[in-house]
Amino acid sequence: MSAPAHPVHGTGPHMHGTGHGPAHGTRSGYMTGFILSVILTAIPFWLVMGDVLDSKLKTDIVIMGFAVVQIFVHMIYFLHLNMKSEGGWTFLALVFTLTLVLITLVGSIWVMYHMDQNMMPMSPNEALHKP
Amino acid sequence: MFSNIDLQQLVFGRLTLEAIPYHEPILLVTFAAVALGGLALVGAVTWYGQWGYLWREWFTSVDHKKIGIMYIILAIVMLLRGFADAIMMVTQKALSVGEAQGYLPPHHYDQIFTAHGTIMIFFMAMPFVTGVMNYIMPLQIGARDVAFPFLNNFSFWMTAGGAILTMLSLFVGEFARTGWLAYPPLSGAAYSPGVGVDYYIWSLQIAGVGTTLSAINLIATIVKMRAPGMTMMKLPVFCWTTLASNAIIVTIFPVLTATLALLACDRYVGTHFFTNDYGGNSMLYMNLIWIWGHPEVYVLVLPAFGIYSEIVSTFCGKRLFGYTSMVYATAVIALVSWLTWLHHFFTMGAGANVNAFFGITTMIISIPTGAKVFNWLFTMYRGKIRFEGPFIWVMGFIPTFVLGGLTGVLLAVPPADFVLHNSLFLVAHFHNVIIGGVVFGLLAGVQYWFPKAFGFRLDPFWGKVSFWCWLVGFWVVFTPIYALGLMGETRRTQHFDDPSVQPYLMVAAFGAFIIMAGILAFVVQLLVSILRREQLRDLTGDPWGGRTLEWSTSSPPPPYNFAFTPVVHDLDAWWDMKKRGHERPAGGFRPIHMPCNTAMGMTLAALSTVLGFALVWYVWWLAALSLIALIAVSIRHTFNYHTSFYIPAAEVNRLEAQRAAQLVGRV
Amino acid sequence: MHEVTAPPGATAPVFYEQEEHAHGDGGTLLGFWLYLMSDCLIFAVLFACYGVLGRNYAAGPSGAELFDLKLVALNTSLLLLSSITYGFAMLKMEEEQVDAVLRWLAATGVLGAGFLAIEFYEFAHLIHEGATPQRSAFLSSFFLLVGTHGLHVTFGIIWLVTLMFQVRQHGLIADNQRRLLCLSMFWHFLDVVWIGVFTFVYLMGATR
Repeated sequence: MSAPAHPVHGTGPHMHGTGHGPAHGTRSGYMTGFILSVILTAIPFWLVMGDVLDSKLKTDIVIMGFAVVQIFVHMIYFLHLNMKSEGGWTFLALVFTLTLVLITLVGSIWVMYHMDQNMMPMSPNEALHKP
Repeated sequence: MFSNIDLQQLVFGRLTLEAIPYHEPILLVTFAAVALGGLALVGAVTWYGQWGYLWREWFTSVDHKKIGIMYIILAIVMLLRGFADAIMMVTQKALSVGEAQGYLPPHHYDQIFTAHGTIMIFFMAMPFVTGVMNYIMPLQIGARDVAFPFLNNFSFWMTAGGAILTMLSLFVGEFARTGWLAYPPLSGAAYSPGVGVDYYIWSLQIAGVGTTLSAINLIATIVKMRAPGMTMMKLPVFCWTTLASNAIIVTIFPVLTATLALLACDRYVGTHFFTNDYGGNSMLYMNLIWIWGHPEVYVLVLPAFGIYSEIVSTFCGKRLFGYTSMVYATAVIALVSWLTWLHHFFTMGAGANVNAFFGITTMIISIPTGAKVFNWLFTMYRGKIRFEGPFIWVMGFIPTFVLGGLTGVLLAVPPADFVLHNSLFLVAHFHNVIIGGVVFGLLAGVQYWFPKAFGFRLDPFWGKVSFWCWLVGFWVVFTPIYALGLMGETRRTQHFDDPSVQPYLMVAAFGAFIIMAGILAFVVQLLVSILRREQLRDLTGDPWGGRTLEWSTSSPPPPYNFAFTPVVHDLDAWWDMKKRGHERPAGGFRPIHMPCNTAMGMTLAALSTVLGFALVWYVWWLAALSLIALIAVSIRHTFNYHTSFYIPAAEVNRLEAQRAAQLVGRV
Repeated sequence: MHEVTAPPGATAPVFYEQEEHAHGDGGTLLGFWLYLMSDCLIFAVLFACYGVLGRNYAAGPSGAELFDLKLVALNTSLLLLSSITYGFAMLKMEEEQVDAVLRWLAATGVLGAGFLAIEFYEFAHLIHEGATPQRSAFLSSFFLLVGTHGLHVTFGIIWLVTLMFQVRQHGLIADNQRRLLCLSMFWHFLDVVWIGVFTFVYLMGATR
């Protein structure tokens, strides 16, 4: 855990279930989240299915951006994530985990890509027909 | 298609009589010994009518203290098995040079080194560490149990289930012959068609579930159940290292589970993740398994660091030097441990940039580790050091571990690693840090906390014998192995052609017998201490002049640990209480809310083990049946809402009065 | 840093808590959250595999040839809808209306089952066309990633049905409320994973 200086007051038996009062959310919160996520889902599908942007790279970057935004929308409106619940521990755990998820993804792809480049340089076309 | 499937295959899968290795004399003798020992144990328990006691008080117990002890017993049993493998390996190596072939054929030898690594990490070190954390951490934070007591029992039995499956491979079929991390393509279906790798996969999957759940449990305990006043910066260092270690476990064991699941898919379904053909990439397995594997080292060593910290400050009679830096060093190690995995395969063929990055991160991680060593040294500086049983282990640990760390930094230099990769130098390095760091720490922890768990001290003389045998034995084994590694000998070899290496191997084999003497001395120490328990009895609950809360309660602690939850004002809470003359409450006890015992954890783990066995042997009907039973029993379990009871105030009163009498009787 | 917190001169600081306090929720929600975090890492590995192996077609079919985005869009909308129906169930739980909770849970379960049915159809179709998990590393990693998500949804539905029985049996007692809250986190978590799946696997796969 990377932020040990977290002052956690009133622990253990004292913690009368405080800190997750609004954890169930409200009707308007759910509706906002739902409408936002419908929009954020529809646009990427439209971009890809309608072949709107001219380059694949551009499309990829834009839809990845939408995915990141939508993940945050879900976290906030559906998972009711905030920095206070459980004395900040859920948030801390999430940040820690996301860091490690990022390390796993980026690290693996970087390492393996680097090895492919170094050990068996071949064109995408060759790669496609690699047995 | 179905016409040529005969009945035997339908019922037994690929399990046939030939799977029982009755033609192997070594295994036959082992089996006879294990069977006789087991029968004797069962007979003794039956003779003394202790089955009910064991069942009620231990197997179904949800008490973190009893579960912790069961973990440690499991670890010690597996230590004996893993060490038997080690002795066989070194003697084989020493005898199999030049013309001589030794006594172990390659087929058997390969299983032994795989089993040795797997068992020592997964079924010795892991349960040992988990056991100590389970026992001590709740006591140190002033809690009555862990956050999820039932889950704790379940986790233990899953770990035990994995261990049982591994042990079963000794007598039914075979174990993997691939090395302890089962690299594909060797571990793929094409090159390891037998059951060995399947045993490996399923025993680790079953134990892995237990380990992950136990880590979640311990984190939730630290976060939610600390005594009032115990802020994070008043948390004992051992609890901090427990927290960091479990935070790593929660994030790495899923990686192991997923990676082994992919390997299982390759073997069972014929997918192409790690195969050589159809676009698979075996290096991806190395990458993923070491994302688990490197942080795993810190999972083991961080709690050991915590144990050393507790022992050093207790036996120097001083507050730990640099508590805050210790906490930050722990946190930094936990995070950076995630950034070093590639140093296990520098030679894979990635370019210089990748290797340089991971080389540097590896060197960086030695900095907080070094800071910890200085903290221990400065704690000793001008302290009133008492060289008692637990403390001498720390004295052995520091030089041994520092040397191991230095060879680690050497291996972190990629060009040097290209020479030393896969050599005996590497073998010596990681044994140096794991024995010198983890095993010494755990044995020190046993010496330190044994009186807390059983109410009497361990015999100091045999403890010293055990320590010196371990320390000397360790160096006698691994100094020549370091040298052989530098000379270019590779690891995992069953035979050496060059006769000039034999003297080194002979010395190493001799050292292994010294370590064996150390293990035997430990066993003797346990027996002697049990016989002399009246002389070694400790009634105070605080035999070493301890500083943390576990020493404030009786030894062994009552089921509820603390009749009244302690209130913490200082980092060394118990020291503070003693210094300021606290008063033990003598009355006003209340009923205490406790969780009920349950056989459910054992049932679920037994079903999982049967499922694993069925999958290993392709007994599909049994696999399906046990899977369905597993789900059904789990669902059934959730319909039980009555999982706790109250210890009546009268009972608490009785136990606390007993304790008060003990204290008075001594003063 | 480690100063004694009791006021100086206080003769008898309190060292024991003489009163019993209730244990709150006992950490279940935090524990379940930690489990979800560990699940994140399982999916991270599967995504990493897909990232590394996702273009190893081995002269077999690629994503662009296989994926039917209309089907995926339908699937995604079912899952999104199930999210909001579960949200409504939670709101009704706040109002302690057992029947309404059960109705919304049933709706969620039906939508989830619809999602699974479509996924099952898609898989069956792919396998029928010869695009089996054994065909190439790309297909292996595709099936494992999407299949693992599907497996999670399956367990979610089993859990949901179990919980519906328990709510009927015991009403919305504290234990059941806590369980509903855990399942809610699980269900929304699967949504978040699905965002990654449809973006990285389907949409980006289809543009290749």
